[in-house]
Amino acid sequence: MELVWYIIIGIVLAMFFVLDGYDFGAGIIHLFYAKKEKDKEVIAKSAGLFWDSNEVWLVAAGGMLFMAFPSFYASVFSGFYLPLIIVLWLIIFRAIGLEFRAQFNYQMWKDIWDKSFGVSSLLLALFFGIALGNIVRGVNLGIVDTGVSTQEAHYFFLPLWDSSFSPLSDHPGVIDWFTLIIGFIAVVTLAIHGANWVILKTNSSINKKLKGVIFKLNIALAALTVFSLIVWQLVNPNSLNNFIDKPYLMVFPIIYLTGLVGLFFIKKIKKDVHAFALSTMLILGGITSSLASMFPVILPSVNDTNPSLTIYNTAASEYGLSVAMNWGVVGIILVIIYMIVQKRLTTGKVDEMDYGH
Amino acid sequence: MEDMLFYDRLQFAFTITFHYIFPQLTMGLSLLVVYYKWRYLRSNVEKYNNAAKFLMKIFAINFTMGVVTGIPMEFQFGTNWAKFSELTGGIIGQTLAMEGMFSFFLESSFLALFIFGEKLMGQKLHFLTGFLVFLGSWASGWFILATNAWMQHPVGHEILENGTFVLANFSELFTNPWLIPAFLHNQMASVVTSSFVVASIGAFYVLRNKQIEYGHLFLKTGVIFGLISSLLVAFPTGDWNAKNVAKYQPAAFAAMEGIFETEEAGAEIVLIGQPNMVDKKLDNKIAVPNILSFLTYQEWDKQVPGMDQFKEEELPDNIPALYYSYHIMVGLGTVFIGVMALAVFFLWRKNLHKMKPLLWFIMFLVPFPYIANLTGWYTAELGRQPYLVYGLLKTSEGVSPTVSSGNTLFTLLGFVALYMLLGLLFLVLVGKTIHQGPTPQKH
Repeated sequence: MELVWYIIIGIVLAMFFVLDGYDFGAGIIHLFYAKKEKDKEVIAKSAGLFWDSNEVWLVAAGGMLFMAFPSFYASVFSGFYLPLIIVLWLIIFRAIGLEFRAQFNYQMWKDIWDKSFGVSSLLLALFFGIALGNIVRGVNLGIVDTGVSTQEAHYFFLPLWDSSFSPLSDHPGVIDWFTLIIGFIAVVTLAIHGANWVILKTNSSINKKLKGVIFKLNIALAALTVFSLIVWQLVNPNSLNNFIDKPYLMVFPIIYLTGLVGLFFIKKIKKDVHAFALSTMLILGGITSSLASMFPVILPSVNDTNPSLTIYNTAASEYGLSVAMNWGVVGIILVIIYMIVQKRLTTGKVDEMDYGH
Repeated sequence: MEDMLFYDRLQFAFTITFHYIFPQLTMGLSLLVVYYKWRYLRSNVEKYNNAAKFLMKIFAINFTMGVVTGIPMEFQFGTNWAKFSELTGGIIGQTLAMEGMFSFFLESSFLALFIFGEKLMGQKLHFLTGFLVFLGSWASGWFILATNAWMQHPVGHEILENGTFVLANFSELFTNPWLIPAFLHNQMASVVTSSFVVASIGAFYVLRNKQIEYGHLFLKTGVIFGLISSLLVAFPTGDWNAKNVAKYQPAAFAAMEGIFETEEAGAEIVLIGQPNMVDKKLDNKIAVPNILSFLTYQEWDKQVPGMDQFKEEELPDNIPALYYSYHIMVGLGTVFIGVMALAVFFLWRKNLHKMKPLLWFIMFLVPFPYIANLTGWYTAELGRQPYLVYGLLKTSEGVSPTVSSGNTLFTLLGFVALYMLLGLLFLVLVGKTIHQGPTPQKH
């Protein structure tokens, strides 16, 4: 039952990163490449119409994590206190940027909220990557000092950074050179994803140019991927074991690779939706490969005193998990129906839609 | 440690107070949208449709604010109340996850469709999407109240040796005797807020002599819904809740009613007075004998236990704040019934729109239902103290063990600054929408 909930929450989280990922990415593209007012407007609209229903997935993932793995939820949310609250603030800034930019027709007003939308999208992408980096690197569970736990075995607290900025330090901070690399990967991935979204959903004048941008970003992503794989071994030497023991798990890295290789042919891809599917594979493959490499661990311990958190030692009671399965299935079916209805009514380019804005 | 608890509580109190400004309007407003949309389907009179769409615009602004201030609420269980989350997540995680899954998805998907999809869907489907938004927002209230009901009156659980609460009976979470009265009271209170807002917009249009058709419509709907909901909030739902508090949290009941000493022959009801915590009495008290005993037990001389019957550590830790919250809520609720009854009387005599002083009063009354709603929640939450899970888990045992007070103060200050900005933008936006009014815009 733990495994089933782990998979469900994994899917919901992946949905969040794919869906909200494109509007984060649209924000990054907006920040760096949209120069004309018309383009800024449609790109903001392509994110603004969808961000709130996309963020529902985050709320759902949070709620399910709370229900199914309460100790993990408690440990991670309090341990990563500052970055999480900062993420909340950025989410708020981004949302008000999107919702308020079109409300008044002054250039200054629009400039302020454009920047708010763009910069917070960029920082959110970076922070989500850093978060993933922290999860694979592990933390000092129980805040062990010279071999003795100073807290209960599953609690920890991380400052934003430690003066060494090294993932190999005894007390790594949230931001170190390893997590930053993963952060950059997230930014580049979501920028590619966002560019694909802009091409798919708008008639902006920079659509042609964005294909070139995607190509260049993809080169950077390939380089970062190779580099990160090397340092990954340094930070978490066991990360290949799962793939060796269970070769079928290789399907996840293959999904990622397919996306990466496919995007090099961006200029030859005829249908925009195919390109979007490739960047979706990047995100899905990236997240699932990272999780698969750790399984069943969900937060490694960097000390020898306290064990890593796994889906088994943090799960709620068996009865709770199975009863939640009953309503969970109903809920998921409903959500899929809503999504289909919504998608059917919002096909096509956003600048051609009559939304009365 | 004391500092930590203080800042954690302050941050939660601040962020939940600010958050609850928005859902209390949207829940009630969605009912009025459905009402107008239904009137339009029946009568085909265009003004009802415009009124529904106009209110949904205000709904949408509030919904956005509710979403962005609501995500921090869910996160804060983990960030600031980690020990509480760890120990009770197996139970309240159920209801909170169901809220996300069933209500939040429903509300946000169909809100977008309601606003953008009228032409695509036709009127019947448009009504249906409006109805689903209403359903989603009320279901959201239901799951949040189910969560809170469990904290007020825990049922359906077992406690393991290590202190973890595990779910033993899922359906008991929803048959909790605390839940239904609290839910109905809360929903009626949210209809009060939205009716007063709508009446206030109506009064504004009438006084300003703009959008006059909608002025009359909003005024009429607002005062009629306002009177009905103000009455229902007091009786039976408010009464029912008070009896629940007396039954399940007698210490909280004594504190909120301001009964320091038990009276043998029936308890008086306190109308006004200031708790004096040094001498353990009420200063400048005005009270009516025996009424409280009658209201609570329908017996004039039945004894109601006062605070002297409880140990210090069982009593709420901030008695004056609890007492004031409760009395402000009840006092305002009484004023609401009076004002709305008067307004409905003039409406019936067909001269409400000529009663300028009353219209001004209704217009400026708009902050007070918000205050009544919030003080109602303060009553429930302060009354629950010093426990997080009533009688079983102390608030001081629920905080995150590793988050220092300095970090919490830092984030609290950040939230204060950000929410001030958010509040300002919100007012500008709602003001602009009301200024434009419901008449269809020409592009």
